[in-house]
Amino acid sequence: MTSQLAYKETFDCVQCGYCLPACPTYATMGKERHSPRGRINLVQMAAEGKITIDEITESMELCLGCRACETACPTNVQYGKILESFKEVKAVETPAPFLENMALQKALPNKKLLAAMRASLRAYQKTGMESFARKSKMLSILPEQLRAFEEIAPAAEMPNKQLRTGILMPESVPKASVAFFTGCIMDVFFAKINDLSIKLLKHAGCEVTVIKEQTCCGALQNHSGDTGTSRKLAKDNIAAFEKGNFDYVVNAIGGCGAMLVEYDRLLADDPEWAERAKVFSQKNKDVSVILNKLGINFSRELKGVVTYQPSCHLLNVQKVAEDPVKLLESISGITYIPLPKGDMCCGSAGIYNIAHYEESMEILDVKMEHVQKILPGTIVTSNPGCHLQMCLGVKREGLEDKIRVVHIIELLAEACGIDHK
Amino acid sequence: MITEQIVERLKSIMGSEKRILLEKADLVSYSYDGSFGAYIPEIILQPVSTEEVAGIVKLANDMKIPVYPRGRGTSLSGGPLPVHGGMVLDFSRWTQKLIIDPEDTVAIVSPGVITADIDSEAKRHGLMYPPDPSSSHVSTIGGNLAENAGGPRGLKYGVTKDYVLGLEIVTPEGEIIRTGGRTVKNVTGYDLTKLIVGSEGTLGIITEATLQLIPRPQATQTMMVIFGDIIDAGKAISAVLTSGILPSKMEIMDQASIRAVEEFQPIGLPIDVDAIILIELDGHPIAIRDESEQVKQVCLKVGAREAIIARDEESAESLWKARKLVSPAIVRKKPTKISEDATIPRSKIPEMFRRLQEIKAKYEIDLVVFGHAGDGNLHPNIITDKQDKEEMKRVEKAVEEIFSAAIELGGTLSGEHGIGTMKAPFMEMELGEAGLDMMKRMKKAWDPNNIMNPGKIFPETKGQKLVLVHD
Repeated sequence: MTSQLAYKETFDCVQCGYCLPACPTYATMGKERHSPRGRINLVQMAAEGKITIDEITESMELCLGCRACETACPTNVQYGKILESFKEVKAVETPAPFLENMALQKALPNKKLLAAMRASLRAYQKTGMESFARKSKMLSILPEQLRAFEEIAPAAEMPNKQLRTGILMPESVPKASVAFFTGCIMDVFFAKINDLSIKLLKHAGCEVTVIKEQTCCGALQNHSGDTGTSRKLAKDNIAAFEKGNFDYVVNAIGGCGAMLVEYDRLLADDPEWAERAKVFSQKNKDVSVILNKLGINFSRELKGVVTYQPSCHLLNVQKVAEDPVKLLESISGITYIPLPKGDMCCGSAGIYNIAHYEESMEILDVKMEHVQKILPGTIVTSNPGCHLQMCLGVKREGLEDKIRVVHIIELLAEACGIDHK
Repeated sequence: MITEQIVERLKSIMGSEKRILLEKADLVSYSYDGSFGAYIPEIILQPVSTEEVAGIVKLANDMKIPVYPRGRGTSLSGGPLPVHGGMVLDFSRWTQKLIIDPEDTVAIVSPGVITADIDSEAKRHGLMYPPDPSSSHVSTIGGNLAENAGGPRGLKYGVTKDYVLGLEIVTPEGEIIRTGGRTVKNVTGYDLTKLIVGSEGTLGIITEATLQLIPRPQATQTMMVIFGDIIDAGKAISAVLTSGILPSKMEIMDQASIRAVEEFQPIGLPIDVDAIILIELDGHPIAIRDESEQVKQVCLKVGAREAIIARDEESAESLWKARKLVSPAIVRKKPTKISEDATIPRSKIPEMFRRLQEIKAKYEIDLVVFGHAGDGNLHPNIITDKQDKEEMKRVEKAVEEIFSAAIELGGTLSGEHGIGTMKAPFMEMELGEAGLDMMKRMKKAWDPNNIMNPGKIFPETKGQKLVLVHD
């Protein structure tokens, strides 16, 4: 089984150690085996049979997968591929719990199920059960990690159907034709951000289509070693988006976008799909890239100090660093201050903050120390996972009255005078 | 052998058991550094106080257990490799002390502090810690002191040893001593400070250092000089350095590295040239503006094809980008990079280039040269694949010949990486039998039981060979 490990790729590592300062788990855990260099070596040793998969599991599973090490690496080691190969081998050796597999393989790609989840969540939040449950400490029977997230979970909102039917035309001659990728969880918890993204794209001069046949991007499945499901979803998405002749496929979710741009790698060995995947990956862009490229007109002055916590997968996998910053700097009235060590992961990392709550909170505490240094009025995010984690960070520090957390789209919409409803 | 009893005693020495690592995943994670070979230690300790270190070393000396101090493992010479097993002392968590005293212009640091952090802390007081090894954002000051690390700024400012005023050391017998002090002038007794710096952890463990800081230059000016012939580049280096101007950096890239960069990420470097020299001047902004013009004229006079002076910080950065891209560019072809740092007197740079080309052809290897040209610290890099055993044999021979060439030209085996394991077999070639013997006697006097980083600097057997591939 260990023959499936990305053994050859481990030799690209010259063990210079330049990845160490970029690694959040090396910083908080202080051991070489929790560093990228350490993990690459462990995979190499496992592939050579010098150590067992079990013995390296803790180190590998505590990796956030933020891939900041790839950005720091002077020799372009494909760490993501090495990590994924471990996850695949591990998933075969020790399959994930039934419920987790059900959730990843069946629930996320299932639109009806997601809609039902959203409806029950809304009912729960609306009926006052939520505050009753919180006040009566009914929720204290939940483990600490789930309780923490329940408290910061955003209100589930219905996506705006009008925006998702037919082709949405801009007021002037279209500058680009765009298909919008909604994501699965995003459209349950953050439908508002998707709605605003669509409106902003239209505002920037795009002709926008929301394709019905699109499905879950497959990132979470891929992170848990279930590449089979990811490949299937990738093919479904590619086929769905091939239906129109779009200039770009745009999303507002750093993590999903990273998966979409890596479909080419995911399907590289599949002759029928490799080329199609490549074309699809190249068309995928983060919403900030398109908005920055086409330009938007601000009509309202905002105020206060604003900082930005990049999504690791937007930064390190999609390599989008400047566009969000340029957009923020162009909003009049605000003072943009870069977050010290902003390129370090916040500890959210997919479901890491639930699976490894304590480790995640240590990483978040370091992040909040940096936030405290500049005390912004607004923290801008670019991915729902980071968004929730930063909300949690703000709450843990008791700063809810001083700092608000917004998705970059919300702030841009505000500055453009675009309302949600 | 580290028995359970020894582990129990270590638990009573260490403030926290969490900093005692025994799991297999940990042991294999401290078996390597940035050089070659892997050796698995029996235990890893992560001390954060002088008392812990003294306790550990006393115990190790009593039980004759090898002790291998380690910073963040960026060594290119095998400095921290636990070649005889035993204990690895990982200092990366001892980062607590970083005090700048602007009045005495010194920094007082614990061994795990990251080198670049000292300079950035000094910067807040208008001061500078000059040594700048390219790994300075990763490496610990303890490792830099042990290896006497250099860097591009070595040309003007010297290396680590030139900035050490005093040390606190735990001797191989577990005693705590202080050397030097916090004054520039200090001639009290033997200069043990300088002996310890660069002793590669074989004479004791540095637990605190007092470092000299200097006023920070106000500005820098970068320029790129392009040569159609590498011999002219050699001449230009000498001409600039004898023109009354001392640049802070002079870095050379040969044709192979220029082409590799352009193939990797086209940034508009001319590929029909033989060499590029990147020069940085520092000082008062008006002075360096004037000096950069002079340097340009000097270079053009000895045959440089073109000299480009950076207009602003942004264009300076884009010029340095070429240099930064060399490493990722050259490893695209084959994954293994052997970075040598044999150093020769400046005047011999053209001759050394010629010899390197001969060696490259003779052994049919990929060899590129990019390095600190101004101080003769060329970095010939061999690009190979350590899984290709046949080629590695040729590489071993080529490396040996590079060392011989450097010594023949009046140079040295290592300018800044240290001897460690890889260069130990060549020590006698440079120092002679008596010279090496005097060093061995020092070692014996300090470390009678040979517990401190054994297997480094000195060849362990007569006629020891360089071995890059282990079966």
